[in-house]
Amino acid sequence: MPGSAATVRAELIGLGGIIERNAYLVKRYALWEVAFFVWTVANTLTIVFIAEGVEASGGSLDVNRQTTILLIGAVIWAYLGIIFEILTETVAWERWEGTIEYTFMAPLSRSVHLFGMGIFAVVYGVARAGLLFGVIAFFFDLEMPQANFVAALVVLGVSSVSFIGIGMMTAVLPLISPEKGTQLGFIAQGMLLVVSGVYYSVDVLPEPMQWLATISPATYALEGIRDAILEGTGVSDLWSQLWPLVVIGAISIPLGLAVFRRGELYAKQHGKLKRSG
Amino acid sequence: MSHTATLTTSISATNHGAPAVEVSNLRKEFVRRDRRPGRPRKRRVPALVDVSLRIERAECVAILGQNGSGKSTLVRLLSTLLLGDGGTARVFGYDVFSEPRPVRRLINRVSVEASFFKKMSSVENLSYAARFYGIPASETRTRIPMILERVGFPLDRRNESMENLSRGMQQKVALARALLTSPVLLLLDEPTTGLDPRSKLEVQNFIREIRTTHDATILLCTHDLAEAEALADRVGILDRGELLALEPAAKLKERYGASDLEEAFFSATGRSFELEENNDDDWRQ
Repeated sequence: MPGSAATVRAELIGLGGIIERNAYLVKRYALWEVAFFVWTVANTLTIVFIAEGVEASGGSLDVNRQTTILLIGAVIWAYLGIIFEILTETVAWERWEGTIEYTFMAPLSRSVHLFGMGIFAVVYGVARAGLLFGVIAFFFDLEMPQANFVAALVVLGVSSVSFIGIGMMTAVLPLISPEKGTQLGFIAQGMLLVVSGVYYSVDVLPEPMQWLATISPATYALEGIRDAILEGTGVSDLWSQLWPLVVIGAISIPLGLAVFRRGELYAKQHGKLKRSG
Repeated sequence: MSHTATLTTSISATNHGAPAVEVSNLRKEFVRRDRRPGRPRKRRVPALVDVSLRIERAECVAILGQNGSGKSTLVRLLSTLLLGDGGTARVFGYDVFSEPRPVRRLINRVSVEASFFKKMSSVENLSYAARFYGIPASETRTRIPMILERVGFPLDRRNESMENLSRGMQQKVALARALLTSPVLLLLDEPTTGLDPRSKLEVQNFIREIRTTHDATILLCTHDLAEAEALADRVGILDRGELLALEPAAKLKERYGASDLEEAFFSATGRSFELEENNDDDWRQ
């Protein structure tokens, strides 16, 4: 096999190895996965009940529509949480187990390593988000007669590229600050969503936050998915949400790789890959 | 790609004629915080001080040193896990700092901590690790049980979580992980520390076997003087980051007029060879 073909084959096998490893971890922690899913369902319910609560206290609103808007926000919050958790916590987890040195000394390129984690995060995150959406929609007996789920999935898929890029940037945090880096990843997730209209329209935000909303991929993801599910908008009519996601994705992936590479060099310079104690 | 093909690829990837390891004036310092009053808040502490050494192909070299002498730092630098602060380090002719990827294809490492995902089984840990070296599932399905058997791991426990295995068994899996990728340079960082005498002997016998069957070059960092003398062609003394000597054990004893390696170590360093509680890299903190 020519050298370049053999290298590509080895990298693809390595990428499969990352996905395989994460699949083993999900299998081995299956009961914990169930427990966290129940927690996510409970957390989502606390948000989604708000619409019914407003109506019960005398407010006037389209409960079905508002509940669906809140549900989409909560599901995207949970989805983004999984993407960031898999990308950030896996590094923190590997460092804690001590396997990170073996992963980092393997002849697998860092970009393939991080893409592997991203791909697993998206596949797992989409499956979990779909299940969460279904469970909550069933619980509230929500009606979505016009919903275009295929278009919603396309928007989620395209936005995931940007989320992976941002996740790569947060994944480096446990290398720089082993004790608090993971928590900083969750802060990044919260910051991203607060400016993106997760449970409300971005129009209600103060002006500086509205500007931040224009560079947040979550803004376009939420808008696109809500349009697809509430209005039944097709992929071709979601271009105004899709093109910013493509642009942000094209910037965030190389930026994420560069940030991670920089963090890795810092960790290697200061001996931070190894866990002490 | 078969096991033989993987090994052949590894060997052919080496630069012919270049020594297995060539280290010249290698330096590494760490920045440590000092909270004691009256001291600078941060200070640079040397972990390796102008270390130079050369290891020929198929040679086994042992480096003796107390905790904190810099043994693990040397292994981490050669494993591409640390960046040096001066000097050069080459593995089969490749610079470990500027050409890490070809180096990574040629090496593997066994350290004092077995380091696995503890909930996962030995087979699962070995499977994913092998993929990082481009070894497909079709190959590991047969090779993993074979290698586990070779290192003396009970095959009926291969699907058990690592956390249920003894330290000795975990270390055998660590050896299997290293061997699975057919490294031409094996970096062993205190592979037998903390093992019971029987497990220690089994691991040592296995290291001998690797040398004869794989023609691998071995760098063995150890506390164990008898282990160093029994396994290595040459023995080095690393003390406070400085490589004081690197010679065959007999010559080392002769040079220091010592009857055994412990006495030679004492003569070379001025201190007795005793184990310390703190970690190898942390003695200067």
